[in-house]
Amino acid sequence: MSKEVRLTPPLTAADVCALEIGDRVLVSGVIYTARDAAHRRLMDLLAAGQPLPVDLQGQILYYVGPSPARPGRVIGAAGPTTATRMDVYTPTLLRLGLKAMIGKGRRSPEVIAALKEYQAVYLGATGGAGALISQCIRQAEVVAFEDLGPEAIHRLVVEDLPTIVINDCAGRDLYDEGLRRYARTA
Amino acid sequence: MRDLHVSDIIAAVRQAAITANYVIGPDLLAAFRRGLAEEESASGREIFRQLIDNARIAETECVPLCQDCGLTVIFAEVGQEVHIVGGDFEAALQEGVRQGYQEGYLRKSVCHPLTRTNTGDNTPAVIHTEIVPGDRLKLWVVPKGGGSENMSRLFMLKPAQGWEGIKEAVVGTVREAGPNACPPYIVGVGIGGNFERAALLAKKSLLRELGSQNPDPDLAAREEELLKAINDLGIGPQGLGGRLTALGVHILLQPCHIASLPVAVNIQCHSSRHREVEL
Ligand code: SF4
Repeated sequence: MSKEVRLTPPLTAADVCALEIGDRVLVSGVIYTARDAAHRRLMDLLAAGQPLPVDLQGQILYYVGPSPARPGRVIGAAGPTTATRMDVYTPTLLRLGLKAMIGKGRRSPEVIAALKEYQAVYLGATGGAGALISQCIRQAEVVAFEDLGPEAIHRLVVEDLPTIVINDCAGRDLYDEGLRRYARTA
Repeated sequence: MRDLHVSDIIAAVRQAAITANYVIGPDLLAAFRRGLAEEESASGREIFRQLIDNARIAETECVPLCQDCGLTVIFAEVGQEVHIVGGDFEAALQEGVRQGYQEGYLRKSVCHPLTRTNTGDNTPAVIHTEIVPGDRLKLWVVPKGGGSENMSRLFMLKPAQGWEGIKEAVVGTVREAGPNACPPYIVGVGIGGNFERAALLAKKSLLRELGSQNPDPDLAAREEELLKAINDLGIGPQGLGGRLTALGVHILLQPCHIASLPVAVNIQCHSSRHREVEL
């Protein structure tokens, strides 16, 4: 039976191992954004033996490139982008202590295996619900790679951002589970 | 001849680009409401609830429906009695997009394909112009997200593959898109023409009102057949499992070469945004 859980980073292995696919997770507190370009920069820094602009230990990364904020607003629309594009970088970041990612769409077998190995989870937010999700974001500031515009790493303060566990620490996949339950074969 | 000043065209495109990104059509909202009532899976119903809320928040709080405000596609039907004055037609369409994306706080998502440098103003839009009878100008402004465009496919089938081949191409494309392109989808299918025409037909089919019947009864029946096969996949809203993977299938068809059977499948995410204006 799926449950509803509230999480605020930094997360421990015990926090994430208690989660199972289908659980609803309301995320609050500080999370960091990153898309393709930011991931590439993080990899470059690691390759050069340099420190990362944010310590990922116990943190949550949100795959998002928001639309511009209107004057007086915190942020524009801010729904998830497709996580699959980040797959090649993810195991490296999990090794550094990253505990959860928020995105939409399938993860690779390598990522699912790495979630098991490093004890972390992948959370799905509703793709295309950018206006709804923007209402959960209380603060936003750029903390690295400002030149990347919407792709810069932002530090967000969120309140009850609605997500669902897609891949858990046990190597399970909610998308596969959904197909098993609802597919009708001709 | 009727004179039409480019400043009117610029203003119309600017407004249509903004409205398309903030307000969903009544046909789409009705489909979300039907989905909420009909979807068997609880997580699927929760997604429809969120999409209905999202539409309301976007309109009332002035936040775009989706942060991916798309690459802008413009379909233009230019009456042959229209005389465009004051500047270039295509430049006016591009200027309208530029102004709309700037003034509407819309994300600029267009870049050079190799250097990946952002063009900064969401241009160039992709423009398809047709000359038609009459003295009116009709424009459809269609912001199309990258996620769903990435999962669209073109097939040059052998004529022997026939309807079964088409069906497998359509269903297979949706299966491959899976949860990634923001289901529930609207699936645009272009059959016939040639390589580039099939893709154009697929995209254009998406402009038809959601929930409306194909005027051709044979195609209407085939759309039903495809919709059922797609929904039997069980992908469901956001891929969480469920009955409603697609809200509709739209087919446009035209004759093709005796040696070919081109089929294009344009995946449209639930954020199906388009605005029609007539000048
Ligand atoms: S696929 Fe559509 S709804 Fe999903 S993020 Fe892209 S534009 Fe938005």
